[in-house]
Amino acid sequence: MKKQLASLLMALGMSAVVATPAFADMNISTDGSTSMEKVIGSLGEAFSEANSDVNFTYNPTGSGAGINAALEGRCDIGLSSRALKADEAAKLDGTTLCLDGIVVVVNPQNPVKDLTVEQIAQIFKGEIANWKDLGGADSQIVLIGREAGSGTRDGFETVTNTKDACKYRQELTSTGDVITTVSQNPNAIGYASLAAVSDKIHVVTVGGVSATKETIQSGEYKLQRPFVLVTRKGEKLSEAAQAFFDYAMSEEAKPIIEMAGAVPNK
Amino acid sequence: MLDKKSSFNGSESIASLVFLILGIVNIAFVLLICIYLIIAGLPAIKEIGIIDFLFGTRWASTATEPEFGILPFILTSIYGTAGAIVIGLPLGFFSAVYLAKFANKKVRTTIEPLIDLLAGIPSVVYGFVGMLVLVPAIQVIFNLPDGASLFAAIIVLAIMILPSIIKISITSLEAVPNEYELGSLALGANEIETCFRVTVKAAKSGIAAAVVLGVGRAIGEAMAVMMVAGNAANMPSLFESVRFLTTAVASEMSYSSGLQRDALFSIALVLFVFIMLINATLNMLLKRGGKR
Repeated sequence: MKKQLASLLMALGMSAVVATPAFADMNISTDGSTSMEKVIGSLGEAFSEANSDVNFTYNPTGSGAGINAALEGRCDIGLSSRALKADEAAKLDGTTLCLDGIVVVVNPQNPVKDLTVEQIAQIFKGEIANWKDLGGADSQIVLIGREAGSGTRDGFETVTNTKDACKYRQELTSTGDVITTVSQNPNAIGYASLAAVSDKIHVVTVGGVSATKETIQSGEYKLQRPFVLVTRKGEKLSEAAQAFFDYAMSEEAKPIIEMAGAVPNK
Repeated sequence: MLDKKSSFNGSESIASLVFLILGIVNIAFVLLICIYLIIAGLPAIKEIGIIDFLFGTRWASTATEPEFGILPFILTSIYGTAGAIVIGLPLGFFSAVYLAKFANKKVRTTIEPLIDLLAGIPSVVYGFVGMLVLVPAIQVIFNLPDGASLFAAIIVLAIMILPSIIKISITSLEAVPNEYELGSLALGANEIETCFRVTVKAAKSGIAAAVVLGVGRAIGEAMAVMMVAGNAANMPSLFESVRFLTTAVASEMSYSSGLQRDALFSIALVLFVFIMLINATLNMLLKRGGKR
């Protein structure tokens, strides 16, 4: 009983420590990448729960718009799902929040088990249209993708450099549908986020590297992109925004990031 | 005596007021939806241009230079619905004739609840079964690289509209007065002749109404179709992956923004106009049937 009481008091004390800072500026505005919606949404939710006086907003506009918003001071933190370009990095700081790994999946019956990034791009652009060119059966390749606007599609097309050039046979609206369809059709190839891998489908290795948390963190696995928090160089964040920034980069936030389907930094 | 009468009048007027209010609420809902759709749907049409929007053949809503042509969706919806009717109508109509005129009681009491059951299955279940059974089957039977196609969608839609076609056809066949048939039989026609030359002719407008209702259901279906049609924005072709008007709205809505979102509302407006036209046809047919 005494022990329980003590731990209760300790828990109270701890939550008090977390909850005490009262921020002068209660608004934290973030703006940018639609792919980061899940990660930033769960972080924002967890942060607002601990600090009930904070008003957290997220405006899904796309990476380019988010970087511009940060540059022009229209938001506290810009969100970008690509690394900053050199001219952007002159005025802005980009801090990698976490990594987004994308896996390419095929039917388990398919003998093709390894592809290079180059081959994947050629397949999805329709330049390689038959599995026999890759050492598989003599049958047409069926491309399974996601709907326009999906973060996974945007991520895949960005890292393989196939934007607006993919010749999809099917555009499905959920990762589950992609997995089911690929598991049904021996000719199919699709993509999904790392978190969605199941044993119904086979995950191809990319350039000999299989997709795991470790290979993504070390950069060996190539089909990945960073989720970046963008701030203005040499300018202090508001107290609340700084607290959120620190929280997002802390150990505490890592399980939340992982729950949201991304791979936290090492 | 006088008291009683006035209180009776009082409750009567209250009841009529309640029904009036309920009626107005219903009309208000319809108006609200109409007005909202028009307000939400027009800006994108204006921005894209009505000709480019309705007759453009390429839909690339998130490309760096987006294009918003919905002709592939319109044609797919028309072809898909027409295909579903071509397969579903004969099947449904002849089942209805059999059940209403020739089946014995035992057969009818077993089959009718099953048809009701068919009507009660949620569309996502049709889609799921289609995705797991029909799509792979089509792939194997027609030796295609992939089975998700307009054809798969047509089969699913045909099955989905069967119950309403059968039900309404049965009702209208049974509404034909018995004397017509007896008269025909007395003149020496056999049962089949009587059925198709007399009963079906007399029930014509009811059967037409069943068809229009089937069209309405088929053109408005999204979920089941989304799971079997493949959803690539191609011009329609029987064994190619296609996208319907309904699935175009449903599949992109969740992550859409800006002009893309507005264009999705515009697609919904086009679909709405289609369904209004179908309803108007239905009303006309029913009225004509009533007059007779």
